[in-house]
Amino acid sequence: MKLWKTLLAAAVLAVATATSAFAARTDLVIGIPLEPPHLDPTAGAAAAIREVTYANVFEGLTRIGPNGEVLPDLAESWTISDDGKIYTFKLHTGVKFHDGADFSADDVKFSLDRARAENSVNAQKQLFAAIDEVDVVDPATVKVTLTHPQGSFLYNMGWGDAVIVSPKSADTNKEKPVGTGPFKFESWAKGSSITLLKSDHYWGAPVFLEKVEFRIVPDAAAAVPALLSGDIQAFPFFDPDSVSQVKDDPRFKVVVGATEGETILSINNKQPPFDKLQVRQAISYALDRKAIIDGASAGLGLPIGSHMSPANKYYVDLTGHYPHDVAKAKQLLKEAGLENGFKATLKLPPTTYARLGGEIIASELRDVGINLEIIPVEWAQWLDQVFTKKDYDLTIVSHTEPNDIDIYARKDYYFNYDNPTFKKVIADLELTSDEAKRKELYAQAQKILADDAVVGFLYELPKVGVWDAKLQGLWESAPIPANDLTKVKWSE
Amino acid sequence: MTAYLLKRLAISLATLVLASIVVFAVLEILPGDPARLMLGMNASADQVELLRNQMGLNQPLLLRYLHWAGGLLSLDFGRSYTYSVPVIDLVRERLAVSLPLALIALALSTIIAIPVGLFSASRRGRAGDTISMGAAQLGVAVPNFWFALMLIYVFAVWLRLVPAGGFPGWSAGISPALKSLLLPAVALALPQAAILARVTRSALIEVLNEDYIRTARAKGLPYRTVLWRHALRNAMIPVLTILGLQFAFLLAGTIIIENVFYLPGLGRLVFQAITQRDLIVVESVVMLLVAAVIAVNLVVDLSYAVVDPRLRSRQ
Repeated sequence: MKLWKTLLAAAVLAVATATSAFAARTDLVIGIPLEPPHLDPTAGAAAAIREVTYANVFEGLTRIGPNGEVLPDLAESWTISDDGKIYTFKLHTGVKFHDGADFSADDVKFSLDRARAENSVNAQKQLFAAIDEVDVVDPATVKVTLTHPQGSFLYNMGWGDAVIVSPKSADTNKEKPVGTGPFKFESWAKGSSITLLKSDHYWGAPVFLEKVEFRIVPDAAAAVPALLSGDIQAFPFFDPDSVSQVKDDPRFKVVVGATEGETILSINNKQPPFDKLQVRQAISYALDRKAIIDGASAGLGLPIGSHMSPANKYYVDLTGHYPHDVAKAKQLLKEAGLENGFKATLKLPPTTYARLGGEIIASELRDVGINLEIIPVEWAQWLDQVFTKKDYDLTIVSHTEPNDIDIYARKDYYFNYDNPTFKKVIADLELTSDEAKRKELYAQAQKILADDAVVGFLYELPKVGVWDAKLQGLWESAPIPANDLTKVKWSE
Repeated sequence: MTAYLLKRLAISLATLVLASIVVFAVLEILPGDPARLMLGMNASADQVELLRNQMGLNQPLLLRYLHWAGGLLSLDFGRSYTYSVPVIDLVRERLAVSLPLALIALALSTIIAIPVGLFSASRRGRAGDTISMGAAQLGVAVPNFWFALMLIYVFAVWLRLVPAGGFPGWSAGISPALKSLLLPAVALALPQAAILARVTRSALIEVLNEDYIRTARAKGLPYRTVLWRHALRNAMIPVLTILGLQFAFLLAGTIIIENVFYLPGLGRLVFQAITQRDLIVVESVVMLLVAAVIAVNLVVDLSYAVVDPRLRSRQ
C-alpha cells in the first residue's frame, strides 16, 4: 500500500514536470558588460543604450536586420522620386506608444525635426544632415525632402539614433523610455538591471518572450559562473578570452559573428615621420595580423586590408596589399632616410584588444627599428587627448559605427589625413543611389586608403556570443549595436 | 569632555572643507570631457560645445565650486551628468547594498577574529596558535577576488545554494536579498578577520604580560575570567581602531568584490562615474565618504573613552 502510494506520487510528479516542460519558458536574463548611462538613443552615443532599446523598445521608419540589411519598420513602404530627393513613407496604422498615445505622421515629423534641430544633442546628427524638409501629408503618410539625393538615406533612418519618439515622452525617455516596440520599459535598478515586459498592444508580429532582464555584469570573470549557475542565460557580447571555459559545454552555444568594428592602428598622418608614405607603408608591412588576432582576440576576428567589414556587401579583400614582410619594411624606412629607426608613442585605450594588441604591435615594430613607448590611457583621456586634441603618434581603436569609411574624408578628423581624391569619391558616394555605381565607388575608396596606408588595418572585431543552447533567435553578428529580441524564443 | 567633543568637531569640519577643495581641484585637472564622452566619436565639436553649455560646464571654475559646495551645505548633491537624476538618489540606492554588506562583513569579521585572537593569545607559541596564525597569514595573502570566485564556483555553480551574483533589491524580499549578499560578505570578511585576529592576538599578548593580570590570577580568578574581563577589555583600543578603519574600507573600497558579484554598490558607482567623467557624482560621493570616515573616526575616538575610563578623566 505504501509503495503503491509512493509510485502514484512519483507518477503524478513526472506528469506534472513533463507538462510544464511543454510550455516553453518566456523569460530571459541577458548579461551586458556596460550599463547604459540612460535609455534615450537619440541623446547619447553609448552602444549600451542601443543594446537594450533597439528594436525592442524603440522603432524607426526603417530598421537594420541581422545581416545589416534595410527592412521596413514603422514605415510599411516608401516611394522615391525620380531625382532621388523626395521619399514618401507610408506608415503602419493602429500603432500606439507604450503610454497609450497614438502614433502618426506627426510623430515622425517631430522626431526628425528634433534630431536635426539647432540645439539637438543627437550623437549622430550627420544622419539627418541631408534632410531639407519633413511634411505630414496625412496621418499615415510622411514626405521627406532632401537637399540632394543620398544613397544611404534609408539605411541612416534605420539607426538607433533615428527612432521615432512621441512629443509627450521625448523629454523623459532617458529615465523612462516610451516607444512603439514590442517590449515596454518596466524598471531600472541602477547599477544592477533593466527589465522590459512584453507590450500589450504591439502592432507587429507578436514576440515570444514575456519578460526580459538585462543584467549588468562588468567583469568577464564573473560572466562564466553566472552562465554555469543558470542565473544568466545569454551573453551576446562575451569576452573572447573566456570562451575556452564554456565552448565544450553542450549546455551552451558559442556563436562567433562579425561586428562593424574595424580595429586599426591609427596613425597621426601629420606628425613627422608619419607624414611620409614610406613610413606608413613600412608599418603596414611590419604588422603580422595573424599574430595580432591570436594575441589580442583569442584567434577570433577576420583580418582587414582597408576600412570595411568583410561582412559588408561593399567589401573588397585588400588583405594582400601589405603582406607581413620585415625586409620590405626596413627597406622602405631606409628610403625614407630612417635606416636607424626612430622612437614614437603608442597610446592605448583601456579595451582588452588595445592593451593586448599594443604589446604585440610594439614588438613587431621594434623588429623593423621603430621603438614604441606604450602609454595606457583611460577612455575619457583618449577622447580628449587623441581624438579631440590629436596629441598622439599611434593608437589602437575599433571604429564600431557601421559603414563609416567616410570618416577619412572628414575635416579635422584625428587621423589628420587629407586626400582630395578620396574626399571626391566620398562626396560622389553621398550623391549616388545606383547600387552598381555605389559598389564601384566604395571599392575605390577602400583601395585609396590601402594605397595611402593611412592607418594600419588590423582586423574586424568579432562578436562572440554565448547563450543557452535552447535559446533561439539571437543575432549572430552585430551590424549595428543591438540585442534584437523580436524573434527570440526558448525551444522545447 | 565637552571641550574635547567641540575640538573634535571643529577639526572634523575643517577636514571636510579642505577635502572638498582638494576633491574638486583634482577632478578638474583630470583630462577628459564628459560631454564628448556622452556624444561619442561622430559628434561635431559644435555639438559637444552645445552640450557643455547645457551641462553648465562652461561656467567659471570658482562659480562652479561655490555652487557645488553651497549645495552640499543644504544637502543638495547636484544631478548626475550621465544618469541625469539627483546624485542623492543614486547614493541612496547604492547604500542600500553597500551599508548592509559592510555591516554583515564587519560582524562576520568580528565574530571570527575575536575568538581566534583570544584562542591564539592564550595558547601563545603552542600548536593551536601556530595553526590559527598560519591560517590568518593565508587569509591576508589570498587575493580576495580569487577567493570570491572559488566561493561562487562552490556555492553557486556546484551546490546552487545562492545566486552567482547580482542583487535582486530589497523589494524582492529580505531573504533573497540577504542570500545574494552572503557570499560577498564572506569574501570581504575573511581577509579583514585575518588582520583583526592578528591585531587582537598581539594586543592581548601585550596585556597578558602586565602585572595586574598576574595579580588577578594570584587572587584566584579563573584563567577564563581574567582573559575575558581583564585582558580583552584592555586590549580593545587597537582592535576598535582597526574595526573603524575596516568599516570605512568596507563601505567604499569593495569595488573588486562588487565587480566579481556584479553588485550595485557605492564602489562601483564611483568607479563608473570616474570612467564616464560624471564629475558631480564623483565629487559628491567622495565628500560623503570623507564625511563617513570622519564620523567613524569620531565614534571610534569616543568609544575609547567608553572602553577606558582613564581616557575620560584625562580630557
